[in-house]
This record gives sequence, structure tokens and C-alpha cells, in this order.
Amino acid sequence: MSVRDVIENLHGGWIGSSGPEADVVVSSRVRVARNLAGMPFPHLLDQAGAQAVIDAVRTACRDERFVTRAGKIDVTLLRELSPVERQVLVEKHLVSPDLLNGFETKAVAISDDERTSIMINEEDHLRLQVLLPGLQLGEAWQLVDVVDDALELNLDYCFSEQLGYLTACPTNVGTGLRASVMLHLPGLAMANQVKGLLATVTKLGLAVRGLYGEGTEAQGNLFQISNQVTLGRTEEEVINNLLLITRQLLEHERQARSGVYHQRREMLEDRVFRAYGLLKYARVLGAGEAMRLLSDLRLGVDMGLLTGLSPPAINALMVASRPAFLSRDGKLNDYEMDVARARLIREKL
Amino acid sequence: MVCERCQERPATVHITEIMNNQTRKLHLCEQCARELQAQSFGFPPQFELHNFLAGLLGMGQAPKTEEAGEQVKCPHCGLSESQFAQSGLLGCGECYASFRERMQPLLRRIHGHERHTGKVPERTGGYARLIQQMERLKGELKQAVAREEFEMAAQLRDRIKELEKEIGQER
Repeated sequence: MSVRDVIENLHGGWIGSSGPEADVVVSSRVRVARNLAGMPFPHLLDQAGAQAVIDAVRTACRDERFVTRAGKIDVTLLRELSPVERQVLVEKHLVSPDLLNGFETKAVAISDDERTSIMINEEDHLRLQVLLPGLQLGEAWQLVDVVDDALELNLDYCFSEQLGYLTACPTNVGTGLRASVMLHLPGLAMANQVKGLLATVTKLGLAVRGLYGEGTEAQGNLFQISNQVTLGRTEEEVINNLLLITRQLLEHERQARSGVYHQRREMLEDRVFRAYGLLKYARVLGAGEAMRLLSDLRLGVDMGLLTGLSPPAINALMVASRPAFLSRDGKLNDYEMDVARARLIREKL
Repeated sequence: MVCERCQERPATVHITEIMNNQTRKLHLCEQCARELQAQSFGFPPQFELHNFLAGLLGMGQAPKTEEAGEQVKCPHCGLSESQFAQSGLLGCGECYASFRERMQPLLRRIHGHERHTGKVPERTGGYARLIQQMERLKGELKQAVAREEFEMAAQLRDRIKELEKEIGQER
């Protein structure tokens, strides 16, 4: 299986399967930043230096002991992929948008099951991430830990006894660990509680991100919550803290949904079925509108109002209606993209 | 209001990012928001984090070396303190030691801690420590040579040789 197969596959990894608490938690991600000892960080590396990093990681991944411990994973140079193919990797959350800047010196390694990916020469020499569906932070960290150790069999990491894993940006130094969950919070949005809850979460040392349209609603009601501190806490402490807070949010979201369901059921049903009607029959659909409607649709599925659709099917629609995925077979302008998006969603519903 | 990104079209999309209790706002036009969003699947990247760090560093009062007005540079990779303040990125692992005075308060401000308590590399835990020491000595050696302190340089060279042996054994 090659990176090309991964790009073509709409149902791999977190997109195609369902995990625990999937009615609220779309996905869990854990990544660690690692650098090689004795080498300048990527932004100071020339072409030859960058290639040396890529070669070192490639050798490490080909070691038999690595494969036994962590499975098979191949390194691909980003310049060997087309611009659209690179963008699809971003839309599938397998690489960060930053990896595409100056892609000539960068590479990526993705496991066949699409759970594990290693970005090479992003801000740090290595960014190892595991992305799983639903709430599986502990599982994601365990997998990262195993792959990290397997890589370290052949790589000398830049590590200091005092400061831990040294990273290009001091906000990552220490564990180099960033754990995050992507939450779907339409219930709290309807109850106008998102702002208050998220403000509370930031007071607990976590970062919240979401795209706000006009008004206060995040697009698609999707929020990403992640830890900020990487120094002075163990990996387990960080993961457990995020897990605990996510569980709290999960309860609040479920309560909000059930509140709306019992008090104003028709309003909820109206919203879900309107979304279904629009998605089913629209001929021109913008990315923002599609995300909003798919969020409503997902809510309907999660609350049992709509049958015959699964959360993974909606994940797949969310990813498939992103610009690069839509234009895989040829360049589209904005209008053509909106038409293609409407057609794709119509056909799948 | 004009879009902050293209400075042309009117800003109709307003993004708020809350991090560590700090709120930051971005005002964009439809098209720029769409482009940014296409890159990040709905989550704007942390636009200003690096600039933000420069502020935290308090670059107004950069410490000077004894040579008149010269900036502190990392002897290993050559990154200067002001380059760091501009990009928010360090140049190599040694920079943490080279800019130690600046880094400690910064790390305390970002993380509230100064000492790593998490995972240690399985294989190279000890070895990595020796390598670190080696890099540091090499940097000091370079500086000593540049300052024409040859006695010091000779001492450093001896220590590097000893360390090389130790590293060889460890391997």
C-alpha cells in the first residue's frame, strides 16, 4: 500500500471507523516532536542536511526490529506527490498544513492503517502522530510510545536531562507532546453554552480552537481541545487531564442534547430534516454551508432521529467535500467546486 | 473593516482563538477564510504564536556580550538572539544552553516549570547526555579558538577526546 492508496481511500483511519463516545468525540490525536542530536533544526537545514534527516528516518523505518515492533511504514518525499495529493493528506488530518510550506525538503511516512504518520522536516525533524476515531487518547499515546521507541533504536534524539526532548519552538520542549480531541458540540451551541464552557476549559490550561462564522457558532460545531504545557508534566498526566476534561464536556453536551430533545423536539427534528433536505436536493453547496448542514445531519444520526446513515459515513462526506479531495481529478474553480460538492453529497445520501 | 490577510476585500468572517486564557481575533474576508480553512480543515493554524513568543522574551533589553554591543549567538548553529525573537524558533538543541538566561524565564512563563519529568529515550538516555556534553564542549572550543585562548582550547580538546572515548564505549 502506498501513500497514493491512502490518498484515494476515503474510509481509512479515523474517518472510516467509529470509536468510543463517537456521538461527541470525532477523533483523538497524540503527537510528539523529536529532533536528531547534533543537527540544526529544519528551518536552518540546507537541502543536503534535510535529505540526511529523511535518509536517517527511512533507514530507521526499514530496520527489521522497527517493523517487528511498530509495523511497516514507508517514507515518501512530498515533492513526489502532486499539489492536490499533498492537500488531501492535510484534509485527512494525516499531515499538518505547515508541512506543505517548502515541501521540497520534506517527507511523510504513513502506516497502512492510517493511524500513524511521521512528518519529516516540519518544524522539528520528526513529528510522530497517532490519530484514532472517537475518544482513545490513552490508546493513541501507547501507540506513539511504541513507535517512538522503535524509531529510537536507530536514531539519536536531541534530549537534555533537564529540559527533555529539545524542540525548535520552546512551547513544545519537554515531552514534545500535544494531545487533542476533536469534539462535535451542536447541543451546547444550541443551548448557547459553548462560550462559557470553553472559557472554563482554557482556564484549566487547555487550548480551544474552532472557526467562528458570523455570530458565535463554530463552523460545523467542531472544536479542537489540546494541552498547552509540555514541560514539567509526564505524558500520562497530560493525557489523563485532557481525558478527564473531555469526559466532562461530553456529559454537558449530552445533557444539552437531551434537554433540547425533550423540550423542543420539533425544533430539533426540523433542523435535522431541513439539513437532510438541503443536502439531498441542493445543486450548489459552499464548503461552509455543507459543514454546517453535515453537522446538523450528524446530530440527527447520533440522536437516532435519522436512520440508515452512520457517523463514519458523515466523516467521509465532511472530508470528501473539502476542496482538494473534490478536485482530485482535475482543477475546479469555486463555482464548479460547489456544484461538485452538491452532486457528491446528493449521490451519497 | 478590511480583511487582515489580503487587505482588499471587506472582512466578514471573524475568528477567535482562545489560548491560555488569551483571546486573539482575526478578521478575514470570505475568500481568505475559505483558503485558510481549506488548509486546516476548519481549524485556523496558530497564526501569531511565534510573534507572541518574541513579546514574552522581552526583547527590548537583550543582554550584550562584553564585546561592545555584540549580540549573543549560539556557537553551535550561529543563530542570534534577535533571529530567535523574530521567528520564535531556536536553531539547534544547543541553543537552549546558549540562550539559557533568556530561556529559563520564558519556559517558566510558558509551562510554569523548568524541569522535564516525562519520558527518557529508551536506548540513548545516558548516551544522549554525553552527546549533549560533547556538543557543548565543541561550541566552547570554537569560542576559545576565536578568542585566541589557546591554553583553554587545549584543555577543551583533551576533554573532548576523553568524552569521545566514553561515547565510543557507551555505543
